Parts: sequence; structure tokens; C-alpha cells
Amino acid sequence: MEAKAKTMKNVLKILEKDARTPPEKIATMTGLSRDEVANIIAQAEKDKTIVKYKTIVDWSRMGDDQVMALIEVKTVPRRDVGFDAIAERIYSFPQVHSVYLVSGTYDLQIQVVGKTIQEIGEFVSEKLSTLDSIQGTVTHFLLKKYKEDGEVLHPGEKNNRLVASP
Amino acid sequence: MVISSKQNKIHKNHASQRVRQISPSGIRKYFDLISPDVISLGIGEPDFTTPWNIREAAIYSLEKGFTMYTSNYGIPELREEVSRELERLYGLRYDPKTELIITVGVSEGVDLVMRAIIDPGDEVIMTDPCYVAYQPAVTLSGGIPVLVPTDQEHEFTLPASEVEKRINSNTRALLIGYPSNPTGAVMTREGLLQLADVARRNDLLVVSDEIYNRLVYGVEYTCFAALPGMKERTILLGGFSKSYAMTGWRVGFAAAPAGIIENMMKIHQYTTMCAPIMGQMAAVEALKHGEDSVQEMVESYDWRRRVMLKGLRDIGLTCFEPRGAFYCFPSIKKTGLTSEEFSERLLKEEQVLVIHGSTFGKCGEGHVRCCYATSMPNIEKALERMGRFVSRLI
Repeated sequence: MEAKAKTMKNVLKILEKDARTPPEKIATMTGLSRDEVANIIAQAEKDKTIVKYKTIVDWSRMGDDQVMALIEVKTVPRRDVGFDAIAERIYSFPQVHSVYLVSGTYDLQIQVVGKTIQEIGEFVSEKLSTLDSIQGTVTHFLLKKYKEDGEVLHPGEKNNRLVASP
Repeated sequence: MVISSKQNKIHKNHASQRVRQISPSGIRKYFDLISPDVISLGIGEPDFTTPWNIREAAIYSLEKGFTMYTSNYGIPELREEVSRELERLYGLRYDPKTELIITVGVSEGVDLVMRAIIDPGDEVIMTDPCYVAYQPAVTLSGGIPVLVPTDQEHEFTLPASEVEKRINSNTRALLIGYPSNPTGAVMTREGLLQLADVARRNDLLVVSDEIYNRLVYGVEYTCFAALPGMKERTILLGGFSKSYAMTGWRVGFAAAPAGIIENMMKIHQYTTMCAPIMGQMAAVEALKHGEDSVQEMVESYDWRRRVMLKGLRDIGLTCFEPRGAFYCFPSIKKTGLTSEEFSERLLKEEQVLVIHGSTFGKCGEGHVRCCYATSMPNIEKALERMGRFVSRLI
């Protein structure tokens, strides 16, 4: 069982680094057969271990006007459902990219994407703040992305290795 | 700098007999042939940068003013951490006060140990091919390297019977380096036990360069000093360059019986004094909090190892499966070229740099060293170019 879990983790780690790695190559990298890899992937897709395949895009390079904000949300949890009900209410808005329940001085941290600062401002004042059980919000507009999902977007380090060494 | 023929003559006349016996490394010649399009599989170091927590520890040590000499043996904290690590990995117990010394990489360790144990005319047995520094270290100590041929058929392991044939009254030590640079070979525990038996019966010291100890794939790793009765006659050389991607920091260690460490220290104190303190501070952090990084790097090397091995075989080269370090050592004999011709032409015609096997010894002829510590796209592109090159020859 442990070996099986290790094998599956190995395949998932490769896909997490590059979702476009074809099963044939994963098979070579792990020593599994192509079919074994395909089965692992199918199973992981089926049980939602693999949630989705997506691409990290640096939209700033496209001159895109996208604006992102990180919003701290203080809420009042409800009996029986805790924070889940309000979290669901919030994540259902399409402009909300992520929602995390966090420890500390506020409860939920959410990421919201819009075309302009005004658009996000309207969302916060009209949609978010007006929800029942929201006690308050603090909005931080994102100025620059340095690293996303483990990837440095503008690497500052160069490869300075010698071309040949013993 | 241009050196006139007159100057050259003066330099030659003043060269010691010992230094005349050694040649510059065959790898140097490639430096002048490199263009920007070249994909290098010729680098003998990790493609990772030292993990940030290790770099940060060194920065912090500088901020705190740690810029001075250290004890000749190395800072006590690092020796204690090395001792703990050897116990954790192999159950070996070395006294950090008397049985460990911190060196300027394993390279200094090899030099120190040879100078500490060799008298003129003493013989040291080693494999052919082997790491480029082994023979010069013995020669510069006044000793004589005695080479045992190894080959692909036996996965470049060292047969005890062949070692035994070469033992005489001048034989002082056996020098082994597994996992191997350049071949990637790893010795099995059984094979090492046979060597241990030879060492015991013939009262030999064994110098074991285990710089690649953590880079082993799918097989059990055996530390030579951990074999029964071997700690007392083994000089274990290890370091941080490969496991923690710390090549430029120049930190290694030697673990051995106190008398040998004492003699190595005598040379070390008059030649280098100590390994750089910031490197030693970084190494402490590596041992304390570097295990996750090691595991991550090993996993990544293993993926690339498999891709390179399959790629080399797919283009028609025979290659045994390397189980350690980060090298494949395929045979290029069927191309009809010498390893040097192969490397030079591959570089000129397809802009891929591999290291000719003969630079690691006569028995490396017919092979080239391909390092897979480079990015996956580079490996794939290099294999494609090598495939094109080889298909024109076979």
C-alpha cells in the first residue's frame, strides 16, 4: 500500500511541475509502464485528487489591465455550519479566485480579480460587505507578483556554472 | 597572457619531477570551443542553486561577524553535526573532537590523506576509469597509482580478485569512489564486503570517497566504513557539494581513526588552515535543515536519469544503468570513433558537450560521460542532437 501511494505521489509531483508531461515520458521518468501511469492519472482525475489542469500566466506581460485584490474578511460563524456557509456564499461569485479560512485577526482571506480598481471596489461594497455575518473587510490591492504557485515570475538568478567541470 | 618560449623554458626547467608526471585535466580544452548554442552535458556539478535556507544561514553568519579563522579541525558545531549525520545514516560513531576534520571539499581530503599515509614508492590501488584527481593526488604524494581495469560488462565495479592480484609489499591503500564519477556505478554491499575482506587480510587502508553518498537511485547504499571491522582502517571522505548543491562553498570532511586525522590535520594546518568559515556555517544549516532539499533533488535527478538512459539506448548506444551520482557513461565504440573524436565532433557538428571517457583513464576509452544534472528540455534537446549525430555514424 505504501509503495503504491509513493508511486502515485511520484506521478502527481511530475504533473504538478508540468501538467503537459505526456504519460509516455512519465513512464520513463518513474520506471512504470505507460498503462500504469495512465491508470494512476485516470484514478486521480476521477477521485478529484487532480482537481484541474491549469496554466500559470504572467498577464502583466500581455499588458492586461487585470487588477487583483487580497481581502481580509471578518465574519460571524453560524451554529452547525461554522464558516462553511459564508465561505460557499463568497466563493460562488465568479470574480472570487480563491477563499481560505485562516487563523489570526480575521477569518477568511479571499482573492478577487477584476478589470479595474472600481470594479473590485463595487464588489466589496455592494456584494461582499452586505452579506449577513460579514463584520468587516480590509482590501489590499496587489501591486506586483513575484512568485506564484511556487514559480518565480521574474527570475533574478542566472546560471553561472562553468560549461565543463570534472 | 602570452608566455614567451624563453619563459616557458625557464618554467619547464624549474618544474618538479612530481608535477612533470601529471597532465592538466582533459576537460580544460573544451572551454575554448564553447559557443552560446552549446548544450553542456559536461558539467560535474548539480544544476540546483544551494537551497535558500543554507545561503541565508551564511548571510546571517556574515552579518554576525563570523569572518575569522576556525579551529584547524573545523568549527565544533559542524563536526558534531557531521558525527550525528553519520550515526543517523549508517550507525557509525565518530568522535567529533578527534576523528573528524573539516576540509576544503573532498578534493583537499584526497590530497591530505594521500600525503598523510604515502611514502615515496608506496602503491595505491584504484579503478580505471576514476575521478580525475585520484591519480595526481597519489603521484604528487610520491606514490604510485596502480590501476585496476573496470568495464561496462561488470558495470564498472571493482572486483576484489583483481585488487588482490595487484597487492605487493609496497601496497599501502585502496582508493575507491562509489557512486562513481564518471560512470555512475554503485558497488553492492556484497562487492564491498569482498573488498573489505581483501583489505583486512592484507592490512590495507581504504580511502573511500563518498561525496555522492546521497545520490543513489533504487538501490541500497552501503558506507564502506560501516562494514564490519572497516571503521578502523577506512578514511571516509564526504562533503556537501553534491548532496546540497554546494560545490562553490568548498566544504567537505574526513572521518577516520584519530591518528590518521591528526596527521591529516598537520598538513591541513600548514597549507589551508581551515575551510572558509561561512561555508562551514552554511554546512551546519545544511545538515540541520537540508534533508527535504536533498530528497527533492534526488527525486529530480532520478527522473532525469531515467530519461537520459532511455534516450541514449534509443539512439543505439549501449549503456549500463547507472545507480548513482548524476552521470550516464554510454559506450560509443560502435561509432568507430575514439571518445575524444566523438566528443569533439559532437560539439562541432551538433553543439552538445560530453566529456570523453579517456580523460578518466584508459578504460574510459570508448565511452563518454553525459551529466544529467541539467534541465529536462536540455536533456531532450541534447539527446535529439546526439541521435542525429550517431545516426550518421552507425
